Amino acid sequence: MSKDNQVLEEITSKEYEHGWTVNLETDEAPKGLNEDIVRFISAKKGEPEWLLEWRLKAFRAWLQMTEPTWPNVHYPAINYQDIIYYSAPKQKKTANSLDEVDPELLKTFEKLGISLTEQKRLTGVAVDAVLDSVSVATTFKEKLAEMGIIFCSFSEAVKEHPELVKKYLGSVVPMNDNYFAALNSAVFSDGSFCYIPKGVRCPMELSTYFRINAANTGQFERTLIVADEGSYVSYLEGCTAPMRDENQLHAAVVELYALKDAEIKYSTVQNWYPGDKEGKGGIYNFVTKRGLCAGDHSKISWTQVETGSAITWKYPSCILKGDYSSGEFYSVAVTNNYQQADTGTKMVHIGKHTRSRIVSKGISAGKSQNSYRGQVHVLKRAAHARNFSQCDSLLMGDQCGAHTFPYIDIENPTAKVEHEATTSKIGEDQIFYCLQRGIDEEAAVALIVNGYAKEVLNQLPMEFAVEAQKLLALTLEGSVG
Amino acid sequence: MSVTSASPLSKDALVALPATATDAWTEQRAKARQALLKNGLPAARSEEYRFTPVLRSLEKKFSPRQLAGYTEGTSLPALDAHLIPGFDAYRLVFINGTFDATRSTDLSGIPGITIQPLFNAKPMLNLADVEADAFTALNTGFGTHGLAIEVAPGTRLAKPLLVWHGQKSDSPAAFHTRLQIKLGAASEATLVEKFDTEGSGDVFHTFVEEIEVGEQAKLQYCKIQNDAGQVTQIANTVIRQADSSRIDTFTFTFDGKLVRNNFQIVIDGENCESHFFGLYLVKGNTLVDNHTVVDHKKPNSFSNEMYKGVMDGQSKGVFNGKIFVRPHAQKTNAFQSNRNILLSDTATVNTKPQLEIWADDVKCSHGCTSGQLDEEAMFYLQSRGISKSAARAMLLYAFAGEVIQPLFDETLKHYIDQLVSQKLH
Repeated sequence: MSKDNQVLEEITSKEYEHGWTVNLETDEAPKGLNEDIVRFISAKKGEPEWLLEWRLKAFRAWLQMTEPTWPNVHYPAINYQDIIYYSAPKQKKTANSLDEVDPELLKTFEKLGISLTEQKRLTGVAVDAVLDSVSVATTFKEKLAEMGIIFCSFSEAVKEHPELVKKYLGSVVPMNDNYFAALNSAVFSDGSFCYIPKGVRCPMELSTYFRINAANTGQFERTLIVADEGSYVSYLEGCTAPMRDENQLHAAVVELYALKDAEIKYSTVQNWYPGDKEGKGGIYNFVTKRGLCAGDHSKISWTQVETGSAITWKYPSCILKGDYSSGEFYSVAVTNNYQQADTGTKMVHIGKHTRSRIVSKGISAGKSQNSYRGQVHVLKRAAHARNFSQCDSLLMGDQCGAHTFPYIDIENPTAKVEHEATTSKIGEDQIFYCLQRGIDEEAAVALIVNGYAKEVLNQLPMEFAVEAQKLLALTLEGSVG
Repeated sequence: MSVTSASPLSKDALVALPATATDAWTEQRAKARQALLKNGLPAARSEEYRFTPVLRSLEKKFSPRQLAGYTEGTSLPALDAHLIPGFDAYRLVFINGTFDATRSTDLSGIPGITIQPLFNAKPMLNLADVEADAFTALNTGFGTHGLAIEVAPGTRLAKPLLVWHGQKSDSPAAFHTRLQIKLGAASEATLVEKFDTEGSGDVFHTFVEEIEVGEQAKLQYCKIQNDAGQVTQIANTVIRQADSSRIDTFTFTFDGKLVRNNFQIVIDGENCESHFFGLYLVKGNTLVDNHTVVDHKKPNSFSNEMYKGVMDGQSKGVFNGKIFVRPHAQKTNAFQSNRNILLSDTATVNTKPQLEIWADDVKCSHGCTSGQLDEEAMFYLQSRGISKSAARAMLLYAFAGEVIQPLFDETLKHYIDQLVSQKLH
């Protein structure tokens, strides 16, 4: 037992490795939120009138809304007037090549291990990097453009492809969808936009990298991915933030729109700063993610590895509108120390013969609380819908909690829906088995945890899987209760 | 929001509730009334009553004053027709919410059991929380009839207790009944509750029962809800288990307009064993809502829960099963499963199995399914000359069998079997 504790302590005392900051000159809005700030952000981005109107509408809707209290998380009230809603690294003009980008900025991303330099084609991943609230660089743009793929920052898309943005913005997550989505719609500062034309299979992984750098800021980015008929895209998202004592708010919106026969695969490795061991600081990650399978035979797949954030509140969902469309949700959520996670998914079956699959693996350690909350809703006309859900929880330590709140609402008799959940700890017999075969305790736990999460990790693109596995090992190795 | 405030049973309108009685329960009643005025009746959007629009169904028929208790227009239901044939039991009869001593068995000579009118003395138990459910509050505030049953330590009751609730009304009626039962250490008892309603009137019945199962005591419990009438029944059951006790419960729901069972088990002892079975087999416009809570407060206990539902017509099935494992309730084994079959296009099911675990060395699982009858199984039977309807009944009977088979009494099992077969044809 003492050895277990020792190992556990060693692991849990590991510091957050992305906790540094860089001194970048930033362009900031004053603290607080009112219509003027919304106008300020819109003006800063040089936005057209319709978008400003849209923002203001969202802002007015937000004023009428109240913060949700139903998630199984607890935090002191957020003062929305104490947040800086716009912070951008100072740039003289739009950078066309990386030579023009602030070297300090490049260093930031180098530290993160993200290649912005196109020469480094090792990873073969096109990256759109978002620092604080602004997209700073997008790589491989030209190569993608040859195939007709649009991959750029959100503000750029507003300028260059207004017709697409106007058509799809808010079509999956309406501006007044929920409290945080409305807030985001009012003050979002940038994000990524991606459009895959008909029949095109995107040749490389597209990726967004988010980082909050400045203090007192909130990050509100928006991602919009549209996959036209018969196209395919795989999208990756990663995030980190510096260590700060105060809590920072991250309220993003991700919208996926899949037309007929299209497929979107969206993977996230979320590693926001989770706060220190006493639960001080950390990111509040209140994110709305939703995909719409609009066309027949379309498919949307969410994969997430959630290791960071003081509080996670997110439910990547699929609206299965097209007949024969399918949705998938694979998740590993790890909480340690005082982290709280309330995450899951929503599968709304509208079309006939729609299928969905949910695999959620929660791991809680320390004094953390980890909740799965999900809904499978089969509407009346969704004949022959099929769902399988599995959510397992692994508990490490006797002071953490694991909770599941699955809602299963069936209005059609031909639906076949199954839900399974288990809660357990790593068995002493499993450890013993490994020890017997000369595998030490730490390696045994890593083995078991990785095996436990394998079903989800397998879904990640290779580059991400390695990172995710490392993250898991970092947080949990040796935590035998 | 505005819809609710306009309701004749809105929070503000509840001020019109009558004053509570002055008796041994004065203190509890006053508290309950306050809770009711503070919290109101559950609105359509409340999480606990999300799929069960109880307020909407009540507000059309009852004023606040009537809600507190109203029995004008009730008449005597046919008792014999509802008895379980061949089931030998000590009988306790409630007619239209009133305890009827003349139709009940006189238990004064039976050793080891005492039965008292509930409201003559201060509460023997205090398990049902008036803050937790508005209908517990309503019952506590305005209930006038109930029984306090005490089984002495070491007693093994020779016959089961049959509590029969019979009611008949052709106009709206409302009543509130209550039981408190205390099983002493190492005692054993069987409790069967049966609910039957006749007449065309809208009947609103709240029922609260609080049961304490002492150390090493054993309780077998069976509830049969078969209200043919327009009944809205809200039953709040709380059972607390002490060390090494065992309970087996069965809840069968076959009819009614809206039936809500709040069934809470508090496992407040070590080495307890608890089994819960439920079957809801409904059609027409019936709504059955089973909300169960299994609260593991102490280590080393085992619980197993299985609820099954068959919904036909426009009926609705709602299931919410919570399992709590409190900190330090280590070595808990808790299992739950909920399976549903929808037979018609208009039937729905809303199920929410919920696990909340705060201890690490536990084994807990839940599973739930929804589907229709297996086409291949149907084909198999039909290809052997069995008619479609008989094949369907056969498969459904087998489905239901899993929760009937473990029943503790053969006569009872036979009776339920017959009821189920009747309902399936």
